[in-house]
Amino acid sequence: MSRAGRIARRGFLVGSVAIAGGVAFGAWRYTRPLPDPFAKGLPPGTEALNPYVLIDGSGITLIAPRADKGQGARWIQAALIADELDIDPAGARIEPGPVSKTYYNTALLQENLPVDPTDTGWLAQTLRAGSDVPARLLGLQITGGSSSVPDGFEKLRRAGAVARETLKQAAAMREGLSRADLRSGDGNVILPDGQRIPYTELAAEAASIAPVQDVVLRAPSQWRILGKPVQRADIVAKSTGTQRYGIDLAFDGMLYASVRAAPRGASVAKVEAAAAKGMRGVHSVVPIRDGIAVVADNTWRAMQALQEITIDWAFSDLPGDQQAVWDSLTAALDAAQIDSRPRDTGDVENALAAGAVIEAEYRVPFLAHAPLEPMNATVRISDSQCEIWTGTQIPDFVVAKVAALTGLGEDGIKVHNQMIGGSFGRRLELDFILQAVQIAQSVPGRPVKMIWSREEDFAHDQPRPAQIARGLGRVANGRIEALDLAIATPSVTTSWFGRVWRALPGPDATITAGAGDQPLAIPNYRVTGYRANEVFPVSSWRSVGASGNGFLHGSFLDELFAAAELDPLQGLIDLCNHDVSRRVLNELREISAWTGRAAGQGRGRGVAFCLSFGVPCAQVVDVADTPKGLRITRAFAVADIGTVLDPVNAEAQLSGGMLFGLGHAMNCELTYRDHVPEQTNFHAYQAMRLHQAPEITVRLLENGPLRGLGEPGVPPAAPALANAIFAATGQRIRELPLSRKVRFA
Amino acid sequence: MELTVNGQRHQIDAEAGMPLLWVLRDILGLTGTKYGCGIAQCGACTVHIDGMAVRSCQIALADVGGEVTTIEGLGTPDAPHPVQQAWIDHQVAQCGYCQSGQIMSAAAMLALQGEPDDQQIDRIMSANLCRCATYPRIRAAIHDAARRLATG
Ligand code: FES
Ligand code: FES
Repeated sequence: MSRAGRIARRGFLVGSVAIAGGVAFGAWRYTRPLPDPFAKGLPPGTEALNPYVLIDGSGITLIAPRADKGQGARWIQAALIADELDIDPAGARIEPGPVSKTYYNTALLQENLPVDPTDTGWLAQTLRAGSDVPARLLGLQITGGSSSVPDGFEKLRRAGAVARETLKQAAAMREGLSRADLRSGDGNVILPDGQRIPYTELAAEAASIAPVQDVVLRAPSQWRILGKPVQRADIVAKSTGTQRYGIDLAFDGMLYASVRAAPRGASVAKVEAAAAKGMRGVHSVVPIRDGIAVVADNTWRAMQALQEITIDWAFSDLPGDQQAVWDSLTAALDAAQIDSRPRDTGDVENALAAGAVIEAEYRVPFLAHAPLEPMNATVRISDSQCEIWTGTQIPDFVVAKVAALTGLGEDGIKVHNQMIGGSFGRRLELDFILQAVQIAQSVPGRPVKMIWSREEDFAHDQPRPAQIARGLGRVANGRIEALDLAIATPSVTTSWFGRVWRALPGPDATITAGAGDQPLAIPNYRVTGYRANEVFPVSSWRSVGASGNGFLHGSFLDELFAAAELDPLQGLIDLCNHDVSRRVLNELREISAWTGRAAGQGRGRGVAFCLSFGVPCAQVVDVADTPKGLRITRAFAVADIGTVLDPVNAEAQLSGGMLFGLGHAMNCELTYRDHVPEQTNFHAYQAMRLHQAPEITVRLLENGPLRGLGEPGVPPAAPALANAIFAATGQRIRELPLSRKVRFA
Repeated sequence: MELTVNGQRHQIDAEAGMPLLWVLRDILGLTGTKYGCGIAQCGACTVHIDGMAVRSCQIALADVGGEVTTIEGLGTPDAPHPVQQAWIDHQVAQCGYCQSGQIMSAAAMLALQGEPDDQQIDRIMSANLCRCATYPRIRAAIHDAARRLATG
């Protein structure tokens, strides 16, 4: 049996329960006592049902518990179930849990990553490293780390298969036939004479029999939906303005709110709000923790009134300027605050001492998440219950923190997860939700929809951390003899866990991710992570540690290839000691028709590779110097995700990830001054726009383990572009954004 | 104040300075038009006034001098506009939040320009930000929609 199969068998069974007029199928999971407060719930030894398929007389509902923020997670979860269940997922209701069917709310909190905490196998390690979730927190429902696909691949298909076979069994018993003689298709059990019985008619009977457990999952050659180019269920709604996001909700009697929160480290000293209170439509001005909210009868009036409020902030003596960040990073490198050294091959010190050393310092800036849907949450509080409608990647933490904030029990906190208009990691935070809850507490019984202005979003993002790295290298005899990379960064994991739960001890793998874990056989090779003090809070940003480290490592490696007079793509292929990765590099050479960096006068090509979240990804960028400035003319990306379950969407994720990486590398930084970012809206944080987006060719390979693709397209983009600029102009840029040094068309 | 949206007339009781965006979203409940920046930088709020693409976050209620069309009025899931159909066929949307604005900008451009070249597309569509970077498919869908509109 495959490793995935063993995990599945050990971790859960698929069971069923009766619901009104029908049946629910889901994963029965053996509960274990877990030491953390969020895994509370069932007494040890009892079992809970996490339902995935609900069938009653009115139709079929598929539960897709992972949050969808544009990466297609909701759809692929439904497709995994539907392919085995033999239904058209587009005809089913697809809902995120937890929803209002109270019988499983507690159970759904125990949604798992697919690995046992004691499993030390490669897959388990990769999943944990990839999602940055320590083993003891594996009981939590988290969307992140490109984990939705590997998580659901086995579990969701099995739920679909058990449901199908149990429905067939119910039909067999009704008709006095053998299950083996029945078939299924399009939501029906099909009898030998061709007669069709809809699943919805069999649901009640299926609930009364033991679920059929001995299912054999279909081989990829038998898949109907998976692996095929199909239309995602949300595409029509998202093309016609009919998709509802959290920000679009409306309830009877709903109030609207917006907030202004204190700059980092400050608190509210004095508020002058008389003018605001008298404005049309203003319901109230509500103090919240470290900020002020206006509640009004529409969003605009709330935002307008906020602008009429004068707030004096009391600043702490925490540093508030960008220079303090660079100083702390430099200090971390110098003081040798070693966090981890995941790579230490050969004898770097000796190898560097043997001759001339190439030395370089690299910097990457803070970056904002700035998803296009501004942060929002709608909350209604009563004496016993707090209902929250929002898009979140961490519903368990929402429940725990809101329970603590309100004094209501966790059973009284209901999270209705919403379709998300982009996240890039922003929806791993709780700040906006906790604000909305405080506002709702001031108007018990009434729903309040709180929306941040874009300015509030920039002012209060917890960005991707800024970093400084020092590279030392030596080349000799046409090869790289030594590469020593020292990376200083504050810990995203510590910062984030400190906010959503409590800071965890131990080294943070994200400090070196994307640099210290690369499959390259450099004879003397050392990567060291230095933990810098956190000057401003930082957070996971699409591809997390690899987003910056991919640039630091991929650029410095290119410097060494250049010094050794090696072709950078051939150099990567020669150094690569991981077969799946080497095939990615070879494929990239094919599709980009690579013959070297040079591409004619004023033109250049750059290449970079990064393995992140278990996915090797390699990219080529072509640039041309034009009278209007530097232009990216073409781009190529190859990644290996093991099995391509949704080809249309996977290509979009790879293309989108690469362009996301390119746009930020070109144009974006967040810099602090007087405790707030200087960039207040999109005019100062352009990212990429259409005129800068090159034609892009992507290829997906299927040689490695099954992995998700939301993040791995990002890390190679920045170094591939910087390396292309070097090839075109001879200028080696060691600092992002690149627009500090070159003008882009 | 009187406002015609998607062919329907409404009496609006609101401040003359209230941006059309919030009239549409919070008073009329037409939430297909999105708020993204409020300062004419993202294009998520794009609607048509007498066929011209405008940023509804920038136009005050009192200054709306024509008939407003929003994404809901352009086409529907059952009867999508040719531009929406191209967006569906190319599966442009990722998170989808920008796409109402993208489609409204593209539809107005195509109504005016017939078959635009890449430079024209760049110039007009660069006012619409897509944080998910769906640009290659946006471009492909526009070319496709232009062909469909040309052949009726
Ligand atoms: S909300 Fe109007 S342009 Fe961004
Ligand atoms: S699809 Fe997400 S912002 Fe455009």
